[in-house]
Amino acid sequence: MILDVAGLHKSFGDLEVLKGIDLKVAERELVFVIGPSGSGKSTLLRCCNRLEEPTSGSIRVEGVDIMAPGVDINAVRRRIGMVFQSFNLYPHLNALGNVTLALRKVLKKAKAEADDIGMRALVRVGLGDKAKAYPNELSGGQQQRVAIARALALEPSIMLFDEPTSALDPELVGGVLAVMRQMRESGMTMVVVSHEMRFARGAADRVVFMDQGRVLEEGPPEKIFNEPEHARIKEFIASLNG
Amino acid sequence: METLITAFFNLGILRETAPYLWAGFKMSALLTLVVVPLGIAGGLAVALIARTAFRPLRWLVVFYVDFFRAFPPLVLLMFIAFGLPFTGLDLPAFVSVALAFFLNTSSYYGEIFRAGIESIPRGQFEAARSTGLGAAQTMAYVIVPQATRNVIPDLISNTLEVVKLTSIASVVALPELLYAARQAQSITYNATPIIAAGIIYLVCLWPLVRLLSRFEHRQIALH
Ligand SMILES: Nc1ncnc2c1ncn2[C@@H]1O[C@H](COP(=O)(O)OP(=O)(O)O)[C@@H](O)[C@H]1O
Ligand SMILES: [Mg+2]
Repeated sequence: MILDVAGLHKSFGDLEVLKGIDLKVAERELVFVIGPSGSGKSTLLRCCNRLEEPTSGSIRVEGVDIMAPGVDINAVRRRIGMVFQSFNLYPHLNALGNVTLALRKVLKKAKAEADDIGMRALVRVGLGDKAKAYPNELSGGQQQRVAIARALALEPSIMLFDEPTSALDPELVGGVLAVMRQMRESGMTMVVVSHEMRFARGAADRVVFMDQGRVLEEGPPEKIFNEPEHARIKEFIASLNG
Repeated sequence: METLITAFFNLGILRETAPYLWAGFKMSALLTLVVVPLGIAGGLAVALIARTAFRPLRWLVVFYVDFFRAFPPLVLLMFIAFGLPFTGLDLPAFVSVALAFFLNTSSYYGEIFRAGIESIPRGQFEAARSTGLGAAQTMAYVIVPQATRNVIPDLISNTLEVVKLTSIASVVALPELLYAARQAQSITYNATPIIAAGIIYLVCLWPLVRLLSRFEHRQIALH
């Protein structure tokens, strides 16, 4: 198991957002997470690299209990790539600078080597010619691909995507999904929160439906999308298509 | 008209007192070069300490900033130069001035940096931390560079105030520009040196004022 979440609870004050989540993700697997807004999808992802501190439960990444006292959380985080809905590129650095910052400062690579790795990551997402461009000179789709390259450059063992295409104009979504598809084909382990159902049907090994802080149902995409056990899921999927 | 020129724009007097004024100018410049970087560094430190998880330290910083922003800098300087010697701490005039300015300006610069850091969206911290950067690295390479850029107009504006304020060093007999001008005036019984000092301040600060107004225009254009 690359990721093993068991009995995860998370509360914000009195509000219990995650009510006991179990989620296992095997190597090279692509797990898709869907569910209504506010059901806790983002919080689940953010607990997996402790951007949010879990209230209780256990999370293992590549067998390491990331909740253990004394764990080097920065070392854990660089093994987990994260892509955000709002890209969160560093506006004061160009595309290559965005991709190489952690290579330089976390992995302590020399500039030449970091630039080399960074360029390869940018080429992988189809932006080899945009290395010198600043985020405000790039389209939303290009920014998101730079953000993916920033995570990829660290050679993570798993990538977490939190609605990577929700902030994009429809015509820019395809480019980002194409990069994600190519990552999947090269064997990356991925957890994707998204409502791109067509992508999920084609690429997901498993779909997890979350509702009110719980996993309501999970299974292969055909099962969840075509004949879910819960009427709620049927309604939800109909509302997305409609 | 004739008397006005002899009293305020007397070239003979100016020539005679120019060496004093030059020495005073150099002292003011030196003071500025010491006091401004110290204040900015102190301000950045104040802003960063204000964000530590350790509460008592945060309270201490809040108190420090409030106290020295409320305390008149001239009184502070007099206390350090004329009060502290009674406790046995008799600092050289230059050090007294630098200390007073550090306490006063670091609290102002600190508030500017704090506002700058608070203007950076949470997503920037999260993106940086998610790649494995530590808290200090995130501050150093991601947050502070952006925060500084966002508050450059305020930094310039505050620096203008600080440079003008260096003239209070004259009260502790540090021979900076205003002190030198006052000396020259009392020797020559003529106001020309004072006028000259004013013009020197004006000429030196004018470019900063221009720069500031350029930034302000740009900000208006951006909004
Ligand atoms: N930092 C926070 N503080 C308080 N409540 C939060 C915080 N983050 C999320 N929540 C709440 O947790 C619930 C789940 O949020 P989220 O995980 O973002 O859901 P989703 O991504 O499925 O839309 C929501 O009710 C949201 O308001
Ligand atoms: Mg969300």
